[in-house]
Amino acid sequence: MSAQQAHLQAVGSQAAAEPITEQARRAADEARVGWERFQELIAEDKRVEPRDWMPDHYRKTLVRQVSQHAHSEIIGMQPEGNWITRAPSLKRKAVLMAKVQDEAGHGLYLYSAAETLGTSRDEMYQQLYTGKAKYSSIFNYPARTWADVGAIGWLVDGAAITNQVPLCRASYGPYGRAMVRICKEESFHQRQGWEILYTLSHGTEAQKQMAQDAVDRFYGPALQMFGPPDDESPNSQQSMAWNIKRFSNDELRQRFVDMIVPQAEALGLTLPDPDLKWNEERGHYDFGELDWDEFFSVVKGNGPLNHQRLAHYRRARDEGAWVREAAAAYAAKQDAQARETALLSA
Amino acid sequence: MPDKTPEGTEEIPAGGVVATDPADRSAWPLWEVFVRSARGLSHVHAGSLHAPDASMALRNARDLYTRRNEGTSIWVVPAAEITASDPDSKGGFFESPQGKAYRHATYYTQSEGVPHL
Ligand SMILES: [Fe+2]
Ligand SMILES: [Fe+2]
Ligand SMILES: [Fe+2]
Repeated sequence: MSAQQAHLQAVGSQAAAEPITEQARRAADEARVGWERFQELIAEDKRVEPRDWMPDHYRKTLVRQVSQHAHSEIIGMQPEGNWITRAPSLKRKAVLMAKVQDEAGHGLYLYSAAETLGTSRDEMYQQLYTGKAKYSSIFNYPARTWADVGAIGWLVDGAAITNQVPLCRASYGPYGRAMVRICKEESFHQRQGWEILYTLSHGTEAQKQMAQDAVDRFYGPALQMFGPPDDESPNSQQSMAWNIKRFSNDELRQRFVDMIVPQAEALGLTLPDPDLKWNEERGHYDFGELDWDEFFSVVKGNGPLNHQRLAHYRRARDEGAWVREAAAAYAAKQDAQARETALLSA
Repeated sequence: MPDKTPEGTEEIPAGGVVATDPADRSAWPLWEVFVRSARGLSHVHAGSLHAPDASMALRNARDLYTRRNEGTSIWVVPAAEITASDPDSKGGFFESPQGKAYRHATYYTQSEGVPHL
């Protein structure tokens, strides 16, 4: 039995196989009532809340998805965080710091939501620390130039928003509520990125080229943030039946492409896809095949920076350990002092 | 939607509820955060966070939940100190108001069309 299962009440269907004791019958009843209630909530598109009965599979799917999302926000601070000291002006630096701080906040909102499902905060931190947990592959690419910071805001945060807006209606209440908060903050991220590119594309020839190179680098990986094509995404169907996912990977990818084409035009930049063209019949842009071999290779750990991202996370956690220990020691001391004072005045 | 067993009865998937609080398994306790967005309004639950003590919880709550002027006042409450109603007793615990539509103004229809009533 895994640590997580141990913390769930054994009200599963295995109970039926045991001799029918009063306890087993009660557990089976609870499971039946819980399961019926769960189905009802999903069928009526209502929200499931933390203390509700839910199938283990639903719980596991959510813990995986929400904690991976949290890890992505945390690791996602690195490519841009790397540019804070080198931002081209004080204003740009302040904006970038605000954005990176937001990403830390998004990670914390999501860890809170995942925690309500029964997996503790420290377990999730540990999973990321040991490399057991996954996070979005996009953050394994480097931010080579200042223009990359713009491309990340526009394309990476833009893709994230497209993905996340429907998640505000996810069937698990705490996840949906975290997403509402996150989506409100993300729109600033996308706009500031677009503005960085706009400034560059209206600057010198070299600056414009820098902006174009950044878009060329991030276009493909950003489109892959929606995950593999629908026919290679086996878990999507179940997530849609549970109202966790509302649209398929390919639907969201299409929505994103349709959105960014006019935005690229407004920048005066091109998107690096010779097959990209308006399809009158479909009412959507057609676009070319993405490099899925590269995608799966990065997922497996062979991206340009998989190793560095994890090493940096570990270093930050290790180097911050004394702060956490000091805070805990201070809290314990304050506690002891308060108890002493209470005794003296009693 | 539910699968059927060979006997034709409904198969219930393995499942359950969270029995022990996962927050108890982390180094720092969990705090629930309530934010008053403006004078004249109640504090509303904003989310939760881990912190070693109350004053750190307050500072972290400020940084986490009011980065855009969302609040004029914050409460932090140790999550372990909250007593919640049992979600299983939905039927029982909240039964009393059921069938008491007469507690709502909409129950009274005779006055329809009569001004200011
Ligand atoms: Fe974010
Ligand atoms: Fe995100
Ligand atoms: Fe963002």
